[in-house]
Amino acid sequence: MRESLIFEQSRPGRRARAVAGDEAPSVGLAAAQLRAEPPLLPEVSELQAVRHFTRLSQQNFSIDTHFYPLGSCTMKYNPKICNRLAMLPGFANRHPLGPVSHGQGFMECMYELQDMLAAVTGMAEFSLTPMAGAQGEFAGVAMIMAYHRSRNDHERREIIVPDAAHGTNPATATMCGCTVREIPTRADGDVDLEALRAAVGPQTAGIMLTNPSTLGVFERQILQVADLVHDAGGLLYYDGANLNAILGRAFPGAMGFDVIHLNLHKTFSTPHGGGGPGSGAVGVGEILRPFLPMPVVGKRDGEFVWLTEQDRPQSIGRLSAFMGNAGILLRAYVYMRLLGADGMRRVADFATLNANYLMKRLREAGFQIAYPERRASHEFIVSLKDVARDTGITAMDFAKALLDRGFHAPTTYFPLLVPECLLIEPTETETRDDLDAFAEALIDIREQARTDPAQVREAPLSTPVRRLDDVRAARQLDLAWRPAD
Amino acid sequence: MPFIPHTDDELRDMLATIGVASIDELFDEIPDALRIDGLQNVPAGLDEAGITRLMTARAARDDGAVSFLGAGAYEHYIPAAVWDIATRGEFYSAYTPYQAEASQGTLQVIYEFQTMMTGLTGLQVSNASLYDGATAFAEACLMAVRANRKSRSRRILVSRGLHPAYRAVGKAILEGQGIELTELPLRDGRVDVAALPADEKPDYAALVLQQPNFLGSIEDADALTDWAAARDMLVIGVCNPLSLALLKPPGEWGEAGADIACGEGQPLGIPVSSGGPYFGYLVCRDKLVRQMPGRIVGRTVDLNGEPGFTLTLQAREQHIRRSKATSNICTNQGLMVTAATIYMTLLGAEGLRRNAGQCHANTRELAARLAALDGVSLAFDQFFHEAVLILDRPVAPVLATLAEHDIVGGLDLSKDYPELGHALLVCATEMRTAAEIDAYVATLAQALQDSQAA
Repeated sequence: MRESLIFEQSRPGRRARAVAGDEAPSVGLAAAQLRAEPPLLPEVSELQAVRHFTRLSQQNFSIDTHFYPLGSCTMKYNPKICNRLAMLPGFANRHPLGPVSHGQGFMECMYELQDMLAAVTGMAEFSLTPMAGAQGEFAGVAMIMAYHRSRNDHERREIIVPDAAHGTNPATATMCGCTVREIPTRADGDVDLEALRAAVGPQTAGIMLTNPSTLGVFERQILQVADLVHDAGGLLYYDGANLNAILGRAFPGAMGFDVIHLNLHKTFSTPHGGGGPGSGAVGVGEILRPFLPMPVVGKRDGEFVWLTEQDRPQSIGRLSAFMGNAGILLRAYVYMRLLGADGMRRVADFATLNANYLMKRLREAGFQIAYPERRASHEFIVSLKDVARDTGITAMDFAKALLDRGFHAPTTYFPLLVPECLLIEPTETETRDDLDAFAEALIDIREQARTDPAQVREAPLSTPVRRLDDVRAARQLDLAWRPAD
Repeated sequence: MPFIPHTDDELRDMLATIGVASIDELFDEIPDALRIDGLQNVPAGLDEAGITRLMTARAARDDGAVSFLGAGAYEHYIPAAVWDIATRGEFYSAYTPYQAEASQGTLQVIYEFQTMMTGLTGLQVSNASLYDGATAFAEACLMAVRANRKSRSRRILVSRGLHPAYRAVGKAILEGQGIELTELPLRDGRVDVAALPADEKPDYAALVLQQPNFLGSIEDADALTDWAAARDMLVIGVCNPLSLALLKPPGEWGEAGADIACGEGQPLGIPVSSGGPYFGYLVCRDKLVRQMPGRIVGRTVDLNGEPGFTLTLQAREQHIRRSKATSNICTNQGLMVTAATIYMTLLGAEGLRRNAGQCHANTRELAARLAALDGVSLAFDQFFHEAVLILDRPVAPVLATLAEHDIVGGLDLSKDYPELGHALLVCATEMRTAAEIDAYVATLAQALQDSQAA
């Protein structure tokens, strides 16, 4: 069912009346400074607004309504209590620049969150300010560059990135003024050490790695990688996208990483919100401590205080107007306190169990697993190359056909190394029954691909719209509604 | 076990299916030297009632102050419907709308949001949001350097009236790419038009103007826009979106309008919440769209020719372009944009205008009453909803005294604007009642008297 635009439901003079005050107060500003025409905004009743946005919500797939095995995104259950407690008036109404005397409750949570994140990663210290994973990456590479500069080592401007990396890694390196050097991955999914050995040198600023990698396997030679890069004078950056797979099982800090960002919206279950807000806390080992972005929460004489650039003059500075996505950090804090040490360990255990179970089921059903000889981390890759060759049905068709069967699609066509791939991450919060049903759905689609491929290409049929014309969207740009004259 | 559904029987069966004896075995690819057995220095788990007690007590410690602080984050009334709907699981727990057919709700909300932001700013193209106002400013600078075809300069002229934290963030984000921010001085709380670079054509990629500026003052945006445009600079307006319900929008500044508008979306239905999550907005002229960073939603048609929404122009973005992308940004602030779209819908143009007017009136009232006290004077006139007061003594101890009475009295400007002396930035939004303003005036009067006596 199509929902008309809110602007199409608007009628001149209608008011939601959600605001008190009938008279506009007189304004003491010069006419030349004022706008001549009111802005284009809808005029609807409160009930119209509530119905409109409620109906729109019903056009979404979400974790609360559907199995959502989006690889590398960790779409696990977001506990309701995390949201409720983060929205308590004492937290929601606290001004970011308010006095510390009226912020001790919030700051105590942040102080403990910094410590807990350090404890679960084996790093020395955390800053919570980055507002998303990509900003955490930026902070990390900026710190690496600040470190080299502090040693008068100005030639190190190259960042090494494996070809399986998230697109944000090379984009971040560019934003930090670095050049990017890609290195290949071996057929077994590990980094090609010989290629790495050839790549490192006096120009190497550092390497960005995800471990377990985006290929859904643990990088077994990580200690050799660390030695190679450190021996060449570079530093190691850990992209925390896949921390969910090893929480309580291994420390990135012990693997030789000098700096790490975490996606709190993945591992620590803060909401994905239809594409954000994220939260990309960064942690460092001892050598990068002076460079952490500010502010961080410290403790002096029993009182929680903000540490600033005055306390850390070598800091890379500020990445947000205030202290980052505070309300999201509170949700992550609540989640970590609910789970505790044992609960966090179970996260990795059961996420890994679910992924390996589903991989085994699909393998037994004859699907091609990208790295069949390897353990799955918390995710794994199915390649539909053979199905596509035999039937013409692609990974994209599978994704759309899954929607009709009540499942959100896995990540498609990423990583770029594996043709026609689905990157599947079931997470620890799904039941075996749901994993089985998902496997059956994939088997069913493959069957239909063989018997009635045209029907698969029609999918989805049960969603509010059918497949959309992306080419037209990009060529005939329609990015905002305009009233008909 | 919290949030983990497996029964013992299921666990046993699943391990058997995989062909391992224990969960431990699933981690056998991790080198022995790296394997750990559990976490130290993390407390044991709490149940839901326990964490609720803990957090309720902590939130209560921070509660109860009446705030006259603005400085980039503003307390406004948020209608109940806004967060009731925004936190519905279908919005709250969905992700990036890459599967457009399964995400029409989020996509249509963003399209409506984009439309509303073009209306407020008077420019043509909005993205789906950035992290916050400060990063939106930094991205606008990067965009201007890429987009300005008449200048190859990597320098940007920035008003000293721009939020000091934005300037700090801009420096942190831009310096890696060798982009330099040059500060334009203020005089009497505004950009000093007489002090604009005197040479015929100073080489800058863009001029950045905050309107109203950090000190609350209203700039002569028309004159400054024309001055910059005549010198081949792009003009970036950093605006509080609420003020745009009342003030001339950037798209109408001067002869040709500003090229880019950006800023902090928090006043549109987002709680101040210790600084985030908020959202940054970014709107520009049609012709700059391909230089815009971040997600953009477009309307198109489906196989049946019916209208529908999808992410578009993705060839600008990091997941396609990798090291050549317009930005490394991957997320937008989707949940906050959802709340803001509902907020703008409920208030409408008239509701926003009245709100803006009430904030202006309250701040005028507050500033006039405070300036009538001995030892207090108003620094500048022509402000929107923030004003600078000059005290006859250092501000910090006065603020500390007010805080003892649960009044958050404003921002001490002595660190960021030492040239103003003992300066205090105050704000009274529509949330502040006459009784609260009375209490501020009386408490400040008493505090000034007591410390004089001391």
